[in-house]
Amino acid sequence: MIKLKVNGAVRELDVDPEMPLLWALRDVLGLTGTKYGCGQAQCGACSVHLDGEVVRSCVTPMRRAAGREVTTIEGLSVDGNHPLQRAWCELAVPQCGFCQAGQIMTAAALLASNPKPSDTDIERSLAGNLCRCGTYLRIRAAVKKAAGIPEE
Amino acid sequence: MCHRREARGRCALVIALVALACGCTRRESGEARKGGGSPPQVPAGELRSAESFAQIGDRAERSRALFAEASRVFLHPRCVNCHPDGDTPHQGMDQSVHDPPVVRGPDDKGVVGVQCTSCHQDHNLELARVPGAPQWHLAPRVMAWVGKSPHAICEQMKDPARNGGRALAQIVEHNAHDPLVAWGWNPGHDREPAPGTQEQLGRLIAAWVESGAECPSEGARP
Repeated sequence: MIKLKVNGAVRELDVDPEMPLLWALRDVLGLTGTKYGCGQAQCGACSVHLDGEVVRSCVTPMRRAAGREVTTIEGLSVDGNHPLQRAWCELAVPQCGFCQAGQIMTAAALLASNPKPSDTDIERSLAGNLCRCGTYLRIRAAVKKAAGIPEE
Repeated sequence: MCHRREARGRCALVIALVALACGCTRRESGEARKGGGSPPQVPAGELRSAESFAQIGDRAERSRALFAEASRVFLHPRCVNCHPDGDTPHQGMDQSVHDPPVVRGPDDKGVVGVQCTSCHQDHNLELARVPGAPQWHLAPRVMAWVGKSPHAICEQMKDPARNGGRALAQIVEHNAHDPLVAWGWNPGHDREPAPGTQEQLGRLIAAWVESGAECPSEGARP
């Protein structure tokens, strides 16, 4: 039995300690906002927070999450009102949307540690989150909008 | 075929050139010979044992030869790839730039969003092919090995300002037992391991320290 906190709630899961966190989130807990992209930590679609740090849940074994706090896109805000989520809607960032939960979770970790990131900071932190629709410019604009940084 | 006199002359020239070439590429062996003969060569994936260097009578020459042998590990892609001189690690036997394009960050562990441990776990992931070991991180820039000679790495490894403040005994311990160093021989997913074993490396470095921790000459290559 592995005990952890997911989006603020304590959960006890009877799963294999080597099960990827992503499997537990999606298949055991039904939290399907986090996406399965490549399964190899190459695309970032499965990004969640583990004690506030971004991890690729597709390669993170459950035993690493034991006793720790996981935050997924469902838990980023109570009502979808996180500044990033508002900015994402206002700028219509997504195209197909598949990568966006991972993009937002990474951006949220960035803003939590660096409230006024430069363009370079944004590009470096989001370098591991791929978007095959190519919405990178809108993603960067939305991160800056959420941070209150005026676009030039 | 050296049946004719002029042909014999050409053969002698070829032999001399081969000997010269060997001398250039095995300078360390040449240095070692002065002290009593270096141990025989071993296949690329193996290391010569520390004990086999005992036949080099001169202590300083033996020390230099021991470090040169150990440098075959340090300069192997499994090790040198995470001792970059720039902001990004390398990967693969061709030492290409790490993909995704991560950066070293302020503490050599990446930046928020793409820290080393965002992806790398404490063990290799055979299905996902992501390499992993405890404390996965880059060596600090002062410990860069990319493009460095065995001499430069040796001087760096002895310098507390560039070796993490370690005494020589701690250098021996680090090489012999550090779990991240150990990954070099257990890289997973068909990656070529570093030569020899970690135990052999530990013995080479211990013998190097015991013999005076001398550094190979700048041009010496293993």
